[in-house]
Amino acid sequence: MKAMHEKLIFEHSAPGRSAEAQYPQVPVEAPIPAALRRAGAPLLPEVSELQAVRHFTRLSQLNFSIDTHFYPLGSCTMKYNPKACNQYAMLPELLNRHPLAPESTGQGILQILYELQEMLKEVTGMRGVSLTPMAGAQGEFAGVAMIRAYHKARKDLARVEIIVPDAAHGTNPATATMCGCTVKEIPTLPNGDIDLDSLRAAVGPQTAGIMLTNPSTIGVFERHIDDLRRIVHEAGGLLYYDGANLNAILGKVRPGDMGFDVIHMNLHKTFSTPHGGGGPGSGAVGVSERLLPFMPVPIVGSDGDRYRWLDEKDLPQTIGRLSGFMGNTGVLLRAYIYMRMLGRDGMQRVSEFATLNSNYLAARLRAAGFELAYPERRASHEFIVTLRREAHEWGTNAMDFAKRLLDYGFHAPTTYFPLLVPECLLIEPTETESKEELDAFVDAMIAIRREAETEPDKLKGAPWTLPVRRLDDVRAAKQLDLTWKAA
Amino acid sequence: MSNVPADLRFLKSHEWARLEADGTITVGISDHAQQALGDLVFVEAPEPGRHVNAGEAAAVVESVKAASDVFSPVSGEVVASNADLGGQPELINQDPYGAGWIMRVRPDDKAQFASMLDAKAYAAALAAETH
Repeated sequence: MKAMHEKLIFEHSAPGRSAEAQYPQVPVEAPIPAALRRAGAPLLPEVSELQAVRHFTRLSQLNFSIDTHFYPLGSCTMKYNPKACNQYAMLPELLNRHPLAPESTGQGILQILYELQEMLKEVTGMRGVSLTPMAGAQGEFAGVAMIRAYHKARKDLARVEIIVPDAAHGTNPATATMCGCTVKEIPTLPNGDIDLDSLRAAVGPQTAGIMLTNPSTIGVFERHIDDLRRIVHEAGGLLYYDGANLNAILGKVRPGDMGFDVIHMNLHKTFSTPHGGGGPGSGAVGVSERLLPFMPVPIVGSDGDRYRWLDEKDLPQTIGRLSGFMGNTGVLLRAYIYMRMLGRDGMQRVSEFATLNSNYLAARLRAAGFELAYPERRASHEFIVTLRREAHEWGTNAMDFAKRLLDYGFHAPTTYFPLLVPECLLIEPTETESKEELDAFVDAMIAIRREAETEPDKLKGAPWTLPVRRLDDVRAAKQLDLTWKAA
Repeated sequence: MSNVPADLRFLKSHEWARLEADGTITVGISDHAQQALGDLVFVEAPEPGRHVNAGEAAAVVESVKAASDVFSPVSGEVVASNADLGGQPELINQDPYGAGWIMRVRPDDKAQFASMLDAKAYAAALAAETH
């Protein structure tokens, strides 16, 4: 494997070199007892300012990102993050606020968070919203924890089973397990809908709830959502909405109106706050009437024209706190600005163009000879191509296509998910791509398919043009090497 | 094409089982399953002594692509599990029907084994899935 061109910053280091111009100008009087102070200097790289600038500039240029490449990573909603959201969220009045500052000096930011709660309630049809979960996974945790708290409060202690369709995000069964529930999997029909007979057989007095993504991870809207809701509610279970695919229905259909009791939203997907580098994300949760008492705190309340934190005193049955303060406030600000810029009409255009782009891409790829996993269904904001024929006939699998796409200047779609479709690519273009960009992606897919037929080694050895070649995933998983040590 | 040995029984969910001379049943995942999962990086096999139920997840296999449950084809007591898989999960990729076995179960009811798919029926199910 060819090594990455850029050395670690420690490898640029030379003893005694420094960039004094970057030292803090204000002397820091640290009131730290001598016994707690470190004796030796920390091991930091010693480089010049120019070396540091070049190093990090070069690293940034190695990146695949929304700002540089089309990024149709299914289920992740890699839409453009408007620069205005960043700009306004970084106003000094917002940036410099201390989370422990009194409410009286922070009415502005409290108002913003209150209005964000209200807007999210409106767009999802839920009765209450809490913004504190720090990411989607924590939002899921909060959601299932509220379902459990609800059953416990009713002394309905046998309800510990969470039903999860086989197409679900892996996080759903993981969340249920983390919350002390057991998981019952139910199948999806060949047409993409949930198998209602299996659902009927699965529900009972042990059912805590069902976790559902709608549109599902296979990119189609669950047509029998009404029957499904009735089956689960009549059995005494609650309905959890995984908001991963909210972008497809924004401003059109509301999970609250479908009868869901709890929803987590990925603000970093639907509401365009930055992804990447592992976050920070934001997994705000919305609830129906019956889960209102259990919401995680703090929440922003309003007494007329004054805003204040609601905490354990206001919600004594709350599942508690999920973060030290108010979630990832910087992310919440960006989502708020994004929603205010879009307005009600703009919000609807998001889902209209997200689904239009997806269906356009699906139709063009199908016409070019690719096999859609659910050809008889209209795609939502994402769709699945299965490369099982290409794998069978030419030995070129979905991973080979994905790696070759990188050479053509496109981030790969999601590969091998959902698990029930063999050799699949899950493709989500989002609403922010132009027709020209979508056409260029189709051209690349057609060119790669031709290579698969005539020169399959071009795919099997890909990527050829990136700083690193095909990575050894197995070795990476088995021999984690996360720390650098001086030789 | 994947290898489907004629002397084994299978589940549609891609487990294989072999009836041993001592009446126990050895369980693993099929060649097709290991191909579909890709390189395995972790296997969690059940502790000997545990009672497993037919159709219930008894082991977990994790590859670079996915984590997947391994269902027990029969109810019974686990009498052995393959300790070598702890350090060498790739044995399943290299030899799914031999060194890559996962567990051995003493069945409560041998009829459950007899009700599994034979090699011909499993091969037909695979053909339907991949074409």
